[in-house]
Amino acid sequence: MNASTLCQVRSRLPLLAVAALLAGAAVASPSGAQSPEQRPEPHPGPPLIAQACAGCHGQAGAGGGSVPRIAGHNRDLFIAQWKAFRDKQRPAIIMDRVAPGYTDAEVALLADYFSKLK
Amino acid sequence: MTAMTAMTGATGMTGITRRSFGTMAAAAALAAPATLSAQGAPRLVVVGGGFGGASAARFARIQYPQLDVTLIEPQGKFITCPYGNLLLAGRRTLPQITHSYDGLVKRGVKHVRDTAVAIDPAARTVRLAGGERVGYDKLILSPGIAIRWGGIAGYDEAAAETFPHAWLDADGAQISLLRRQLEDMPDGGVVGFAIPDNPYRCPPGPYERISMVASYLKKAKPRSKILALDAKDQFSKQGLFQDGWKELYGDMVEWVPLGKDGKVVRVDLKEKVFETEFGNRHKVDVGNVIPPQSAAKIAIDAGLANESGWVPITTRTFEAQKAPHIHVIGDATIAAPMPKSGYIANNTSKQAVAAAAAALEGKPAPADPVYFNTCFSHVGDDYGISVINIFRPTDTGFQDTPGGVSPRGPLSERREQRRLEALHADTWYASITEDAFS
Repeated sequence: MNASTLCQVRSRLPLLAVAALLAGAAVASPSGAQSPEQRPEPHPGPPLIAQACAGCHGQAGAGGGSVPRIAGHNRDLFIAQWKAFRDKQRPAIIMDRVAPGYTDAEVALLADYFSKLK
Repeated sequence: MTAMTAMTGATGMTGITRRSFGTMAAAAALAAPATLSAQGAPRLVVVGGGFGGASAARFARIQYPQLDVTLIEPQGKFITCPYGNLLLAGRRTLPQITHSYDGLVKRGVKHVRDTAVAIDPAARTVRLAGGERVGYDKLILSPGIAIRWGGIAGYDEAAAETFPHAWLDADGAQISLLRRQLEDMPDGGVVGFAIPDNPYRCPPGPYERISMVASYLKKAKPRSKILALDAKDQFSKQGLFQDGWKELYGDMVEWVPLGKDGKVVRVDLKEKVFETEFGNRHKVDVGNVIPPQSAAKIAIDAGLANESGWVPITTRTFEAQKAPHIHVIGDATIAAPMPKSGYIANNTSKQAVAAAAAALEGKPAPADPVYFNTCFSHVGDDYGISVINIFRPTDTGFQDTPGGVSPRGPLSERREQRRLEALHADTWYASITEDAFS
C-alpha cells in the first residue's frame, strides 16, 4: 500500500474502520483489493531484447526523425539487412557498429517481433 | 549532455514542492506489512523519476498491469541531463529538455510527490520526508548520484554558486547559471573545467560540454580560451573529440591530462583559481567544476553501497547485493564497463522490473538479457559522434561487446557521417524520452 492508495482508502472507510486498522486489526490490504480473477494478466509485449531498439527506432519500431521505421519489416529482409550491416556490405552511420554485437539467434528474435508488427 | 543519465529524482534535492499529506500521516503509518496480500495487487514502488525510474514505472504499467506501481519523486517534471549541454551553445532551451510525469500518471502510475529519505529493507518500507512510510513488495531504486562535497578542497554547496557544477540539477538553476556566466564573460576570458576521475555520471559529458561552450565562444567571444583540467589521462571518444576541437575551434581548447598535472584538488573562490595536485594555480573567468560523485544519499544510508560509495548489484536482476527485494538501477550502481548513462538506465530498468515481477510469481529472472548503449555527443553544429556497446551479464560482471566509435578522418571526408550522427542524436533524444516519460 502506498500513500496515494491510502488517500482513497481513507475516503472510502469510515473513521471507525480507520481506527480499527490503526489498532492493528487484521484486515486484508486494501491496496487495489482485486480478486485473482479480476487481476489483469501480464502483457505479452515485445521480447526484452527488442526494448533497447526503442531508444532510437521509437515505440514498437515506429521510427521517427532521422531513424527509419522497422515495424512490419519483412522477416527475411530484416535478417539479410542485419547481416549486410554486420559484414560491412551495407553502408550505415550506426547500424554497422550495432549489428556485430548480436548473435544470429538474437537477430532472429528481433526479426520475428518487428516483422509481426503493423 | 547527450549520454548522461537522468538527474537524481527523489533524493538530495532542495526547493521541493511537496504535496502535503497532512492528515494522511496516521493512515500512512499503516503501510501494510511487507508481505504480499493474498488479494491485493503486488506493490512495485519506484524511487526516483530519472531515466531509470521513469522507464521502470512506465514499463511496469505497460508490461505488468497486475502490479500496483507507485513512483516516489518530489519533482513534478524532469529536466534531462542529456541535451543540457546544448543550452550552453544556445541550441536548446530549458523547456525543450523538460518532461512532465503526466504521461506516467495517465498510464496508472501513482506519483507520490515527496522525497524518499530512508529505506527499511527488513520492514520493506520507504520513509518519506513528510514522515509517512510506503510499503513495497518490490522496490526499484533509481536514486541517481550525489556530489562528494569536499572531494575538491573548497568546493561545497555555496561554492557551486561561483563555480557551478551543473551536473545534478533538479530545477535547471545550475546549467542556467553556467550559461549566464558565459554570457557575462568578456571576450578573451578563460573558461576552466575541472573534470573528475572515473567513475562518474555520463563519461563523455564533460567533453561534449567543452565542445558546446567552444561552439558558443567561437561565435560570441572568439578570443576566449578553454582550459580543461582532467583527473585522468584518457577519456571517452577522445580521438574524435580532439579531432573535432581542432577542426572546429583551432587552438581554443587546451586539455590537460592527469599526467601533466591536470587534477584539480582545490578551488579558490576569491581569486577564482583552480589549483592542481602539484600546486599550479590557474586563474579562470568562468569555472565549471564537475566534482567527484557517489551513489545518492538514500542508497548509502540504506547500507546498499560498499566502501566505493556505489551500489553492488546482482547482474541479472539488479537486486542490491546487500538487501533483498531492492533492485537498484542507473548511475548509483557498480556496473562497469557499462557507462552511467540514461540509455543504460533505461534499458536495464526493464530487466530489473521483469526480474522483480518474475520473483513475485516465484519465477526466475528472464534469461540471457542484452543491454545496449549508444552515447551520442555533439561536438559542433551538424557534428555528432557516438560510441556503441552491447553488454551481457556474467555471474560476476558485464561482458562488453564493443561496437566501436564513429570513424575518424578529416571533416572533408566525414561531413555527412557527422551531420547524420547529429540528426540521429536528436532522434535518440526524442525516442528515449518518449520511452521514459510518455
